[in-house]
This record gives sequence, C-alpha cells and structure tokens, in this order.
Amino acid sequence: MLRMPRFELLEPTTLEAALSALAERPEKSMVIAGGTDLLPNLKHELFTPERVVSLARIASLRSVRELDQGWLSLGAMLKLEEIAAHETLRRRYPALAQAASLVAGPQLRTMGTLGGNVLLDTRCQWYNQTYFWRQALGFCLKKDGTLCHVVEGGSKCVAAASNDTAPALMTLGAELVIVGPAGQRVVRIDDFWLADGAANKKLDPGEILVEIRLPPTTPGHRGAYGKLRMRDSIDFPLLSVAARVDLDSSGKVSHADLVIGALQARPVRIKKLDSVLAGVQTGGDAWKTAVSQAAELAYRQCHPMPNVPGDHEWRREMVPVYVRHTLESAVRGDGPVHGL
Amino acid sequence: MSAREIHGIGAPFGPAQPGAPENREFALIGKPTAKIDGLAKATGALQYADDIQLPGMLHAKTLRSPHAHARIRSIDVSAALALPGVHAVISGRDLPERYGVIPWTQDETALAVDKVRFIGDPVAAVAAVDEDTANQALRLIKVEYEPLYAYFDPRESLVRHDPVIHEDKKDGNISKHVELVFGDVEGELKASDLVVEDDYTFHGTTHAAIEPHCAVATQAADGLLTVWSSTQITHYVHRALAKVLGLDPARIRVVQPALGGAFGGKSDPFSLEFCVAKLAMITGRPVKMLWTREEVFYAHRGRHPMQLHYRTGVTKDGRIRAVDARILIDGGSYSSFGLVTTYYSGQLLTGPYDFPTYRFHSTRVFTNKPPCGPKRGHGSVQPRFAFEVQLDEVAERLGLDPIELRRRNFQGGHTRTVNGQRITSNGFLKCLEEVERASGWQQRRGKLGRGRGLGIAGSMYISGTNYPVYPNEMPQAGIQIAAERSGRVTVFTGGNDIGQGSNSMVAYIVAEELGLDLAQVRVVAADTDLCPVDLGAYSSRVTFMVGNAAIDAARKLRALIVEAVAAEWKVEQARVRLINGRVIDMQDSARSISSAQALQITEARHDTLGSTGSYNTPKLGGDYRGGTIGASPAYSFTAHVVEVQVCEETGRIRVERCWIAHDCGRALNPMIVAGQMEGSAYMGIAEALLEEHGVNRFGLHAGPSLLDYRIPTAIDTPELAARIVESLDPEGPYGAKEAGEGPLHPSIPAISNAVFDAVGIRLRHLPFTPGKVLEQLRTARAMTQGKQSGQVSRC
Ligand SMILES: Cc1cc2nc3c(=O)[nH]c(=O)nc-3n(C[C@H](O)[C@H](O)[C@H](O)COP(=O)(O)OP(=O)(O)OC[C@H]3O[C@@H](n4cnc5c(N)ncnc54)[C@H](O)[C@@H]3O)c2cc1C
Ligand code: SF4
Repeated sequence: MLRMPRFELLEPTTLEAALSALAERPEKSMVIAGGTDLLPNLKHELFTPERVVSLARIASLRSVRELDQGWLSLGAMLKLEEIAAHETLRRRYPALAQAASLVAGPQLRTMGTLGGNVLLDTRCQWYNQTYFWRQALGFCLKKDGTLCHVVEGGSKCVAAASNDTAPALMTLGAELVIVGPAGQRVVRIDDFWLADGAANKKLDPGEILVEIRLPPTTPGHRGAYGKLRMRDSIDFPLLSVAARVDLDSSGKVSHADLVIGALQARPVRIKKLDSVLAGVQTGGDAWKTAVSQAAELAYRQCHPMPNVPGDHEWRREMVPVYVRHTLESAVRGDGPVHGL
Repeated sequence: MSAREIHGIGAPFGPAQPGAPENREFALIGKPTAKIDGLAKATGALQYADDIQLPGMLHAKTLRSPHAHARIRSIDVSAALALPGVHAVISGRDLPERYGVIPWTQDETALAVDKVRFIGDPVAAVAAVDEDTANQALRLIKVEYEPLYAYFDPRESLVRHDPVIHEDKKDGNISKHVELVFGDVEGELKASDLVVEDDYTFHGTTHAAIEPHCAVATQAADGLLTVWSSTQITHYVHRALAKVLGLDPARIRVVQPALGGAFGGKSDPFSLEFCVAKLAMITGRPVKMLWTREEVFYAHRGRHPMQLHYRTGVTKDGRIRAVDARILIDGGSYSSFGLVTTYYSGQLLTGPYDFPTYRFHSTRVFTNKPPCGPKRGHGSVQPRFAFEVQLDEVAERLGLDPIELRRRNFQGGHTRTVNGQRITSNGFLKCLEEVERASGWQQRRGKLGRGRGLGIAGSMYISGTNYPVYPNEMPQAGIQIAAERSGRVTVFTGGNDIGQGSNSMVAYIVAEELGLDLAQVRVVAADTDLCPVDLGAYSSRVTFMVGNAAIDAARKLRALIVEAVAAEWKVEQARVRLINGRVIDMQDSARSISSAQALQITEARHDTLGSTGSYNTPKLGGDYRGGTIGASPAYSFTAHVVEVQVCEETGRIRVERCWIAHDCGRALNPMIVAGQMEGSAYMGIAEALLEEHGVNRFGLHAGPSLLDYRIPTAIDTPELAARIVESLDPEGPYGAKEAGEGPLHPSIPAISNAVFDAVGIRLRHLPFTPGKVLEQLRTARAMTQGKQSGQVSRC
C-alpha cells in the first residue's frame, strides 16, 4: 500500500478554532473534509502539509437551512449522499442532487462532502499519479516540474475541473460563503474559478468554505445532470453536463443554461444558449430543433483535451449527445443522464 | 496402484459406468458444498501473506528504474545505509544469479544487474524498521543511468536489433519464434471455395488480483530459510530461491498463505521473494515486502498484446480446409513463460473444430515494457478471439447460421487433432445446444431490431499439460494422507489454492473416498516442508492432476480400512461400505461403526495410518519439437452466446446477458464450477470493453491504479448464466476436467460477433472502445449511403 505521509491532525469543534489552527501556518496547513480527494493526493505527494485541520467535528457545517427570500443554505460538510437523497433539493434543485448522486461510488459519497467536491483539486492523467511515476516523467508544471504533457510545450496547466457538483451549482447561480482571517466573504460560484489548472480556485490559504447558498427556483425550473464515464460507478467524469431550463407558465423556455465539466481548468458555460432555446415551446418539433441547435453550439464551444484519461476525440463527439439527452431529460424531469 | 493408473469416473462404491445410475451414489461429489475456507474468508479470519507479523520484523521496499531502457553506470547506496533505521540495502550485484520459470530462457535477476529494461524494473531493495524509513532510504540511493534507445512497438523490435534488450540473445530482440506446419496449407487454401483473410489486434490486459504480491522471509539460527509468499506456484519459487541464493533446497521452506486471487499473475518467481530472503539472511531478522498496487502493475505478467493475421479456407458447405496464422507477440521486457506462450498461440487452436491442415507462425519479441506472462487462458485467448471472429465471417459469407457452421466442423470426441493432440471426451456439441436453446438463438438472432444482437463463439482449453516446465520423470502431483484414531484425516497437498477452491476439491475427494464427514478432513497445502510436490496452480491442472492423486492416495487408505474392518467383522470386504462418517455392513444394517472406530481398528492392525498417491500424465503430444507443449490429458470445451446492445450515438457496447456452457467433464462441486464460469466470462467481457494495460509515449504505464485500470464493478457486470455440461472424461477424477480458464475464451469474440448481428460492423481490434465503434459505424454508413435509410439506434 502507498504510505500516508506524516502530518499533524487537528480536529477542532468550532469554526473559530479551525480558523485559528489554520492561521498559525496557513501555507503549511490544509483543511480536510471527507478526505476522499485529499488523502489520495497526500499519498501521491501532490501536497505536503505539515498540519491538517479537520472540519468533521464542527456540527454547524452540516445543516440545511432556509434563508430569506427563498434562498437555501447548504453546509459545506453535508455528505454527497445527503445531498443526493434530500427531498427538497431533488425537487427544487434537481441538477445538484443528481450530480451528487453520480459522484464516485456509494462509499465515497458517504464520506465525501459538498464543500470538498466544490474544492476538488483539478485532475490530469499526468498528475494524479505517485511520486515515482511523476518523477519518471520529469514531473509536470502543476507539481514539481516545468513542462505540460497535455499540450506539449505548453506553459499553462490545463488539468480538468472534474467535480460533478460544480457545473450544477453554476447553473443554479450558487454563492459560496467563505470565512478567513479577514472575516467572511460571499462569492458567486461563477467568479470563483481561474482558468489555470494548477490552481483553479480563488481560495486563500487559511480560508474555509462554510456554506453554499442557492437562490430560489420557480415552479417552472427544470434541471438535469449528465455524466459520461466508462463504468457506472467510481469513475470521475470524462465529460459532464449540467442543464437548466426554466419554463414559463405556458411551457415555453424563459431561460436556459448549460455548463460543461471535465474539459479544462474551469467548468465551461455554453454561450448564446438563450438565443436558440429562449421562447421555444417544449415538447414539439421546435423544441427538438432547438435542442439540436444547442447541442451544436456546445460542440463548437467544447474542446476536450487529453488531460483526463480516455479518448478525447470521443469525449468531444459525446458533447452534443450528452447535451441533447440532458436538456431533454431536464424537461422531462427524469435525470440523471449517464451510462448511455 | 500406480500413479499412472486411471481411476475411473464413477463413485467409489459400485460399478463405474458412464451414465449408469450408480453415479447417484456420490455422497459429496457433484453437490453444491461450501468451500472449506469459506467461513474463514467471510469472517476475515483467514491469514494472507500481509497478515503475517513476526517479532523484530523489518519492512522492505524496492527502488525501481525510471528509465525504459538504460545501462546502470553506478549505484551508490551509502547514504541510504547511513539513514538511522536502515538495516540493509542490496542491489543487483548481491543477487546476480539468473532465474526464470522456463529453464531455457532464464533472463531475470532479482534486481537489475548493469541494465534496466522497463520503467519499474527493480534496481535495489532496502530493509528498515518500518516502511516509511525504507521509502525514505530509497530516495537516498544514487543511481547513474545511461539511457538507451527504448522499444515500445513490437514491429520495431522485429526488425531493429541495435541496441538489444537482452545482450546474450542470439536473435536480437526476438524472444521466441515458432513455425509449425501440418499438411498442405497452401494447396488447401487454393482449393477452397472461400478464403477469409484479415488482421486482428489483441491489446494488453492484466490480472488485477485484489491482493497485491507480498512475501515474508526469516532465517532460523540453524540456517533454515522460510519464505511465505503470495505465489501460485510454491514449487518453482522453492527451486528459484535455491538457485539464486545458492542454498540447498532442503534448507529452504516455502509456504503459500491464503491467497487473494492470482489469475496467472503470481506464477513467476518474483523479485520480492529473493529480496526478502536475502535481506533476512543479511540482517538476521524477519523481513516483509508488500507491493503497492502500482508495483503490481509493473510486475504485470499479463496477457500478451498480439497482432494476428488469419486466413481460413472453407468449402462452400462450410467445412474448414485450412487455417493459416501469423502472429506477432509483444512480450515486454523478459521471457517469463514466453516460450510456452509462443507455442500456445498456435498449438491450442486445433479444437473443437477439425482442421485438416494448419500452419502457424508466431514470433514473440522483447519491448521495453512491463513483462507479459500467463493470464487466465494463457496464450490462447488472443488467437481464439481472432479465429472465432473470422469463423463468424465465414458463416456470414456462406449464408450459414454461425452455430450451424461450428457444428459442421465439430471434431468429435476421442480423436486426434491435426497437430497431434489427443482429444478424449468432448461435450462441445452439447455446449452449443445449451447456449443455442437458452438464448433463444433460433427465434431471436437477427430479429432483435437494430442495435441489439446475439453472438456465438466456441473454444477449448487444456486441463494441465504433460510438459512439466523442467524436464523430469517424477509425478506432476502428489498427495499424502495421515489418519488417526480420533477420526481426523489430514491431506497434504502441494497444490496451490488461489481462491479457485482446490483445497476444498481435495477435501471433497478424500471425504468421498473414505466415507467421511467433510468436517473430519483437514487440508494442509502449499507448504514445501509438509507437502509433497505439486507443480502449482497454472494451466488449469490442479483439479485434474491433484484430484487424481487424491483419489489414488485415498483409495490406498480405504483398502486398508476395508480390509481391517472386514477382518474384524469376519465378513467379505465387499460388504464393508464407508459413508457419511460411518462404516456399515451392507448386508446387516445393525452393524455400523463410526469412521473413527474404523480407523482405530485399522490402526491397531496396520500401525500408524497414512498413504500417498500421485498422478502423472500419460505420454501425449505430437512427435515433433514442441509437440508436447499444449498436450493435455483432457480438454475442456466452451460455448458462449452473448447478447449486446449497441448505442449508435455513443458507440457504447453493453453486454446485456451472457450464456456460458462449459464442458468440465464432471462438476465436482457445481457451485464452484459455475463460479469459475461466471468469473471467467466477467473477466473476458472486461478485457473486451474496459481494460487496457499499456504504456504511454514515455514508456510509462498509462495508469497503474485501480481507478485508471478499469475493472468492472458489480453494476457493470451483465447477467451471467452458467450451464454446466458434463461429458465424463475417462481420465479425469470422477470424469472431471478444467473449469477455471476455458470459459473465458469465447466471451470476447462472441461480443464482436454479437455487435455484427446488432449493427453490422466487424470489430477486429481490441479493445472495443466506443470511439472505435463510432468510427466503424461511420465508415459502414458511408459505404452503404443511399442504400439505407440511415437509421440509427438511439440509446
Ligand atoms: C476513486 C475515487 C473516485 C472519485 N470519483 C469522483 C467523481 O466521480 N466525481 C467527483 O466530483 N469526485 C470524485 N472523487 C473525488 C471526491 O471523492 C469527491 O470530489 C468528494 O466530494 C470530495 O469531498 P471530500 O469531503 O472528501 O474532500 P476532501 O478530500 O476532504 O477535500 C478536498 C479538497 O478541498 C479542501 N476542502 C474540503 N473542504 C473544505 C472546506 N470546507 N473549506 C476549505 N477547504 C476545504 C481540502 O483541503 C482539499 O484540498 C473521487 C475520489 C475517489 C477516491
Ligand atoms: S495539464 Fe499539464 S501541467 Fe497540468 S497537470 Fe496535466 S500535464 Fe501537468
């Protein structure tokens, strides 16, 4: 078995204690939630924290709370399984519950948290490997090296944002509540990402993600999540599609949104979607045509790279297929879409 | 009774005629019975190699080459040795003696001497107080390499021989070449009404046994060396240790603890066994080495990638006239079992169909990749894939039903193959019939609508061979039985139970023969100090050979018991019957004693009780060089029908169901046989659709983890329906033949054939990735443009 490197583990019971534990040596400390991403990464020596601060004993981080004006607050430490099974979420935010239900496998979903999923490190076949393996290759620029092996000679890391919930949260207009030494800040999840695979999140050392807030949805809200992977369990996405379709009372699309994951350092929002979907009556031929146009838009805007394992040309071919199915499934309300 | 004698197929009591009603008289054989170690496994009580903890035990780790091909200029271990907690560091020069399973091709050393041949090749080993210290020490070892040109493409190794991967090889980078011709192949091809010719590719796959390799060694003060290892061939490890360490084999004990799967991946002697032994000898302390999953991928010995070219000539009514094969085998960096693989790639194709003429031309080359070796269905899964797909094309071109085509070419039982192999019982027709009926073939094939299809394939496999790897005249399998007055009977077997249930099989046989309760029988296995030699768990030989040896030993002991009890009762021996833990008088039901009492009577008459038994194959095989390789005392036969759903939008193939009919001679325990059949089919389907063991452009393993090497989970596994066919082989134990490897073969070609039925494309290149399927579908559409409506099955 690969060995777990040594670190000091602290398990504070309050957020304040956690923040001060981090504040002592922010650059050399890391937060652990479920540990399902962090621990394998530590074994691969991708991070070498001296101190690891667990959030597992902070009860306040595990609640679902209704806020003013129909907003909903989800504690960062809610387990993915809890998100997937939560009745309110399944009804009001189907794309999110579906995305959570498709993360990894059952065991990992009972350990892995929503916050940890949002903050998942980007992934790449040249990076998520042991020290020996990476060293045999001369490392890569995300960690210990100077070259990128995905884009040969490239000077920018394009490791893929592979967290399933991120695209769904983006379609829902989620906000992240982050606390740090300087106090609390609230960021729109859209503004949280950087286009750099080496560090794709605007989270400073010493900061903790405490809540994910969701704005209200209308009764006409439809959503679905589609995930491409080789096995029907365990695997990270080779491509993922979060779809939002808001319908007005007559069944016409008032607003639609599509965010694609596992392509590059940040989830990708499909541009000009409303130009093909808005105003279209769902169900009929016009809807079919509009969905095909949306699929075509996505195909043109998405360019999977050989960052995650798997045939990237096939992943590209799957963009319109998964977009089409996920949009249709959103309107029908029978997501998630996977294993096609 | 001599070891070579055949025991017959019937129950131990009553006449033994095939199909005779007295077959019902088995007490245990043929019944679904739990494995004897099942509870211990389920409760976690069973001890695997890594469970072994000895006082003062050190932990060892291996330094591996980061280069695919390089000369070692120097190794400096001084800094590692100086690290507190480090007890010893060894490198290639400490264990320079070569080994290898096949005596003629020994080209491995425990640690690289002067040269490394793939990324992951072991270079040095450290023993330290704990794993972390050992790992830390590895990073302090300085190795200076001079990189050499590395080969990743077998076609290049075929023609380029500078630099050579193994300097002392006569044929450059060629590991083994075999060409065998049986009859006038060219003439028959010319005279054929139809010749189908094509190229096929088999990618590499590995075993992915859940237990990683682990070994523990300790040397006693008197010099006796004990090595526990997760091996599937204790005997070869024993021999190799003696050779490499320069020790008297009588001063080495090798023990195989419970094993968490092997599938061929634990057949070779491995670097870690020599390293722990040497480190234990140097430090005077027990030493353990447990490989990481990544290291298991480097050790590999998995299925050889092959590039195959086949030509099959047939008459217009579908009879095969000639088969011609040309195969390039990518061996990776060492020989391992490669000599046998090269022969098997041709020798094992000559059934269940009759080939009037046959030629194969197989070449194994070295490349700078993890070494290939035996994986379930060793050497024959790849050619079987190519050939069964080609047969399907023959049927298509002739307008014949693919099952009918196979039936027409059936070779029959009790016959000889074109390459001189003796076929005994052959239940292949019954296998075809079973899967044909169970799958509803006649009613459903071709009628399931676009996107869904059925495919068939057949195969045969060996039940061990009479080629004992190293030439010798001694038995291939031995058994020793000790019985005592409590009624306890202990069976000692050299056979390796690797999860397939061979220890249980031995217990069932001895209990059956001696009329014991299963709980009275203990099995001590795979311990070279305690057990007679067996050649190990490979080539599907254990049930056949160890089973026969167990019958042999048990019958000798039974004869003593029957004689003693008959004398005691003053009755004829024929009246004494051993059954269900008792000994009874067949003519006087009042007279009955427990088997313990019977053993006491026997022990009083004959002294301490025991017996031995053994098995050796009869003389078999063709009378030509290599004619004994692949010559088996009995062949198993299999047919699969696979039902697939192909999504033409994504290119994904889903295996919905797989019907597996397998002729195992007799199912000694149908539950275990069915488990082997299902497990085999599962593994084959996984190889076709998900798994790929390859290196990237740097020669580095593309993803040495169970996340990236995708073995199917439970929900990725189709419904598997095992249908056991019993042909009662005249030489197998109670008529049994193998069941562990044969049932893997047809699943892969059957998928390709089912895809043809579903969407009309022939998949000839593994793995069947969705990208490839889409590509072929596009090509097919382009070719039929205009003719068809362009109908596409959606998911
Ligand atoms: C075999 C396997 C398969 C997987 N498959 C998938 C998959 O299909 N899809 C997918 O999305 N993920 C997958 N994962 C990754 C992982 O299981 C999930 O993303 C999970 O949600 C991570 O949550 P966690 O609580 O375990 O995070 P952790 O591992 O505890 O943390 C992840 C990162 O976030 C930081 N962090 C966590 N919580 C906070 C917080 N509240 N504030 C500040 N920093 C924080 C940690 O420091 C760490 O850097 C897989 C993992 C494995 C091992
Ligand atoms: S994208 Fe390039 S730099 Fe980033 S992890 Fe992969 S190989 Fe390294």
